[in-house]
Amino acid sequence: MTEITGAVEQGNDAELALDGSDAAISIRGLTKRFGNITAVNQISLDIKKGELFGLLGANGAGKSTIIKMLTTMLTPTEGEARVWGHDVVKERNLVRSSIGVVFQDPAVDGMLTGRENLDFHGRMYGMDGELRKKRIEEVLELVDLVEKADEKLEEYSGGMQRRLEIARGLMHYPHVLFLDEPTLGLDAQTRRYIWQYIRNMNEEKGVTIILTTHYMEEADSLCDRVAIIDNGKIVALDTPENLKDEIGSDTISLDVQSGAEALMQSLRPISWIKSIIANNGTIELMVDHAQSRIPEVMQQANRCCAKITSVGLHEPTLEDVFLKYTGRKIRETGSHANSMVARMHMRHG
Amino acid sequence: MMKQDLYAIYSIWLREMLRFFRLKSRLFGSIASPFFFLAFLGVGFGNGASLPGIPKGLAYVSFLTPGIIGMTLLFSATFAGLSVLWDREFGFLKEIMVAPVSRIAIVLGRTAGGLTTGILQAVIILISGILLGMAMPSIQGFLTSLLFMILIAATFIGLGLAFASKMEDMSGFSLIMNFLIFPLFFLSGALFPLDRFPGVVKDLAYLNPLTYGVDGLRYSLIGTSAFSPALDLAVLAIYCSATLFLGAYLFENTEVK
Repeated sequence: MTEITGAVEQGNDAELALDGSDAAISIRGLTKRFGNITAVNQISLDIKKGELFGLLGANGAGKSTIIKMLTTMLTPTEGEARVWGHDVVKERNLVRSSIGVVFQDPAVDGMLTGRENLDFHGRMYGMDGELRKKRIEEVLELVDLVEKADEKLEEYSGGMQRRLEIARGLMHYPHVLFLDEPTLGLDAQTRRYIWQYIRNMNEEKGVTIILTTHYMEEADSLCDRVAIIDNGKIVALDTPENLKDEIGSDTISLDVQSGAEALMQSLRPISWIKSIIANNGTIELMVDHAQSRIPEVMQQANRCCAKITSVGLHEPTLEDVFLKYTGRKIRETGSHANSMVARMHMRHG
Repeated sequence: MMKQDLYAIYSIWLREMLRFFRLKSRLFGSIASPFFFLAFLGVGFGNGASLPGIPKGLAYVSFLTPGIIGMTLLFSATFAGLSVLWDREFGFLKEIMVAPVSRIAIVLGRTAGGLTTGILQAVIILISGILLGMAMPSIQGFLTSLLFMILIAATFIGLGLAFASKMEDMSGFSLIMNFLIFPLFFLSGALFPLDRFPGVVKDLAYLNPLTYGVDGLRYSLIGTSAFSPALDLAVLAIYCSATLFLGAYLFENTEVK
């Protein structure tokens, strides 16, 4: 596992992985239909060993279905996929022993203690008594649950359950770890903790990680590369930086009380301003590297005696990228979102 | 079979044991209703009353106890098979299914768990029956009855597993209870001799595996039976293999959505 840590740096040359030698996962034309509904539609993708890869999409976009096919929980309707070199249909058990999975909905036994849940897991992965004991202590420490180890899972908070599930997913030294919405429904602080664990596992242990999320910040801050999934298809695939660069410039918006005309006149000749839009007393400037341009804009305003009441700065986010490719914001989810809320209640209740 | 599969069978069995003994209300609840059947019917009909078809001089409680043991096994084993549904509902099925062990090991682990808890409850009912006045069976009779208990339990674990593998949630559960489990119980001769059933109903009873299970238990424990014990054993063994095979086959192909 140690030799793969170096492969992370270059994020966007997946074509090189086509020979399969450094692909942790390779997917070709993967499709899943439920009756008339096509949940996943002809997806092809390579994920490199050591990569931290994100599937970003709204609820119901098909992310979980992709994960379930890759983890042998669902059989693909068409296409094929290999995980750590093993076919997900023909070599299920080899796939299963290469991976760790943290599912979207909790998959723990609430009547067993944390330690018993981990013990069950260790046996299912053929670990003998001594190794199990050692690993249980290690992973409990990793997620700060040593003191809670002998309490039943039904006593755990949602965040603690999640951490235990992440610990469990790592217990048997998987090559590839799947995290389906790892921070769904958790508070901001717990979410940051979990991000930190995920980063550590990837960087220090060299575990290849595939996570799904509908949180933009999560994909942006964690992932080497991101695939945006919409209606079961990949609509964009690149590093978060490149995706945001495609959207282009930053926006400086100025609320102008007086002298707006004069200010616009003086700004027009400046070469680094790509466009100027005036709207109801607000002037929007499209520029690159907006933060370093603001002082110059303010000097211009002083020179022509324009009175500015506030300055706003907007840098492109993955949200803008998502909007561009799918035509809507990620939070605009329909009835599916409600069922998610119901499930969250189940988890915490 | 690989070492990993043996670990898995043990792991799943152990989990069933932990759950069974940890939830005291379930433990008592599962024993309570067969016990009440045994106590109220057994004592209520008394020792003197002789139902037609019951050999003369045989106390009703002696006749009834093997029937209630059959009932206990029917319910606990079907539940054990159907417990896949609970695991599906609460998500734990995914943790089991994603593990790198053969599906048959998972089925065997569940079966072992269901057999242990089922037979434990059955033995408690047997002891209750003896305390309520049933004649003490011989050691050999008791050991023979254990064989029948295993076959009965395995048959219905397989059946429960088959249903659970085809059901997506627990909504069909009460249908199974009302239109499968209770009819199987009442049509098994557990409460009174099969002779008392009218023609068509009797034919249905002859199709019921529990009929042969209860008859085999009566043969082992009180030395009286409607069929030959060899027939009981043969029919039960066929049903048992069939339902276990069907349960394992359907479970193997179940998808976890």
